[in-house]
Amino acid sequence: MTNENENKPDPGADPEVDTEALPEPEGASDIIETDYEVGQDNITPQIGPLGLDIHNPVFGISAAVVIVFVVAVLAVGGETSAAFFGDLRGYLTSTFDWFFIIAGNIFVLVCLGILVSPLGKVRIGGAEATPDYSYAGWFAMLFAAGMGIGLMFFGVLEPVYYFATPWGDQPLSRDIGIVDGELVDPATMEAARLTAMAATIYHWGLHPWAIYAIVALSLALFAYNKGLPLTVRSIFYPILGERIWGWPGHVIDILAVFATLFGLATSLGLGAGQAASGIGFVFGIEGMGGSVTAAVVLIAVITMLALISVLRGLDGGVKKLSEINMVLAGVLLLFVVLVGPTMLLVTQFFSNLGAYATEIFALSNPVGREDDGFRQGWTAFYWAWWISWSPFVGMFIARVSRGRTVREFITCVLVIPTIVSAIWMTAFGGTGINQIIELATESGVYNYVVAAYVPELSLFGMLADLPLAAITSTLAIILVIVFFVTSSDSGSLVIDTITAGGKINAPVSQRVFWVIFEGLVAAVLLIGGGLAALQAASVSTGLPFAVVLLLACYALIRGLMSEPRGDSPTT
Amino acid sequence: MYKQILVPVDLTHVDRLGKALQTAADLSRHYGAPVCYVGVTPEAPSPVAHNPKEFADKLEAFGKQQASAHDITATTRSYSATDPAIDINKILRKAVEESGADLVVMASHPPSVTDYIWPSHGGWVAEHSSSSVFVVR
Repeated sequence: MTNENENKPDPGADPEVDTEALPEPEGASDIIETDYEVGQDNITPQIGPLGLDIHNPVFGISAAVVIVFVVAVLAVGGETSAAFFGDLRGYLTSTFDWFFIIAGNIFVLVCLGILVSPLGKVRIGGAEATPDYSYAGWFAMLFAAGMGIGLMFFGVLEPVYYFATPWGDQPLSRDIGIVDGELVDPATMEAARLTAMAATIYHWGLHPWAIYAIVALSLALFAYNKGLPLTVRSIFYPILGERIWGWPGHVIDILAVFATLFGLATSLGLGAGQAASGIGFVFGIEGMGGSVTAAVVLIAVITMLALISVLRGLDGGVKKLSEINMVLAGVLLLFVVLVGPTMLLVTQFFSNLGAYATEIFALSNPVGREDDGFRQGWTAFYWAWWISWSPFVGMFIARVSRGRTVREFITCVLVIPTIVSAIWMTAFGGTGINQIIELATESGVYNYVVAAYVPELSLFGMLADLPLAAITSTLAIILVIVFFVTSSDSGSLVIDTITAGGKINAPVSQRVFWVIFEGLVAAVLLIGGGLAALQAASVSTGLPFAVVLLLACYALIRGLMSEPRGDSPTT
Repeated sequence: MYKQILVPVDLTHVDRLGKALQTAADLSRHYGAPVCYVGVTPEAPSPVAHNPKEFADKLEAFGKQQASAHDITATTRSYSATDPAIDINKILRKAVEESGADLVVMASHPPSVTDYIWPSHGGWVAEHSSSSVFVVR
């Protein structure tokens, strides 16, 4: 503080401290010196009684791009635009499948490399930072944000699909376990089961979580240790330098908002449709599946709950919901394991993990493979999908991970979720496959996955063949809805932060705006058609983002290397 | 009558706090009660500070400047939060308890319809703590 300031009688004087160097956060860290101040490009318009604090031009362009896209899709017609973007996505995943697969492998290797290297000792938030959340709360939040809803949808569907697909896209072109409704010989069947499980765990294991971990770790490092705003562009400081505050940065942020908002709105729209079918199925209501009205009502309910949650803040909202999710999901998981052949599932868990460990090399091989349907239609699609979600999930994980060491972070964001995904897939998908082996064409899952492809009912088909189906199916529907509320809430927090230039304490009215906007986009697209189109469009952002993320790996390693590697805090 | 005055300050909008700061200083001199300036910062970088430590330093400097400008005794307390926009009320209550304040002097915005959705912080603190609250408009 300067003397001049000290003697000023004016109480309104700017308390700007004349800092020679920025103080370190908690304990040593390598602060990046930049003249950019968080929020310096923000404008604060007053709309009616609401004061806003938004980044110019990211907020305006993002909102405009979203509206223009929605209007354009509605004008062209849902089916035409779905065909166009569907083709675009298909083109990208079938042409660049090798690129996605290589990129995915690089992300895993970078994460594992950092995990075992001395860089793992760096602590997020400075050498003496302490974590904000307990392990349980932290883990619940990252899981709920990362893939909760997907596990509900694909948990039964995917393994069963690989085991029994009559459409020729089984992993690694292996033999399937049931052909034209006839079970094959036991040895082939066991091999098909293991391949199906390994391929599913591959899609839900190390690779997706490595993608999230790279984004999350980079964001956390550059915000909490280096003092840059908590927004996607900050990761690229080591590469682009001061240019990230200009257009290159705007473009990255806008792309992130676009992918997040459309990813959320479309999965909200499609998910509401699926939840409606589920409700119709469980309670025997005719016409619920495919009913637009029912889906719009569900979107309204989910948006309303998300609104309440968003107004309760991160700790009172997202964190509580995530914990509720974990408990409910745990109950459902335990039920499936205990009611089913418990010991068989436990044995299968280890054989599945073993199959994953051995098949991962063949599955992640980018070239010289014949299984186009699987590699392009599933793997490349998944990778594009995870990557397009990574700004959202990564940013949210980053926000709640201060105080962890890099090693702890990677263990908890990469290794543990992989094991949990494997347990989940073993219980749900494994039970589905076991039911086919036992009941063949009589089983519910066979009917919904193979005989008639109704993917949204695969989970309910599996539960229907277990006891207490009415109770467990209701629990499953509640879980799906609560997972959606959690995503809608945490996604709005993320979009709000990005469009406020990295400020996390922007006026609350803004996050309310994004929650409602997201629900509106979902409802409008559901009524007007075009959800599939925009989902394809958002997954298509996976390709440019894959390039962006590869650069982020470099920036992350550079950033970590300049950090002091403290041991655990002493005070 | 009052032993400890608490003044929540938003370092991003110090220019709007003039009246509240003056009121607090006058009351402080009148009752001989020291003032504690409280600030809440996000843990992520904000316009005011790159990290909570820098925020605390700035708040301390602000407190010293206020003390010498108004000739009062002043301390500062800085809190950090993952979601300050929402958590601020609870943090203020905690600050009241921890500092033992019996009077809170805070600036307020003009009332509007949004108060039905987001009630004022002053009202909440008055409702949820034992301290008197003086809302300066």
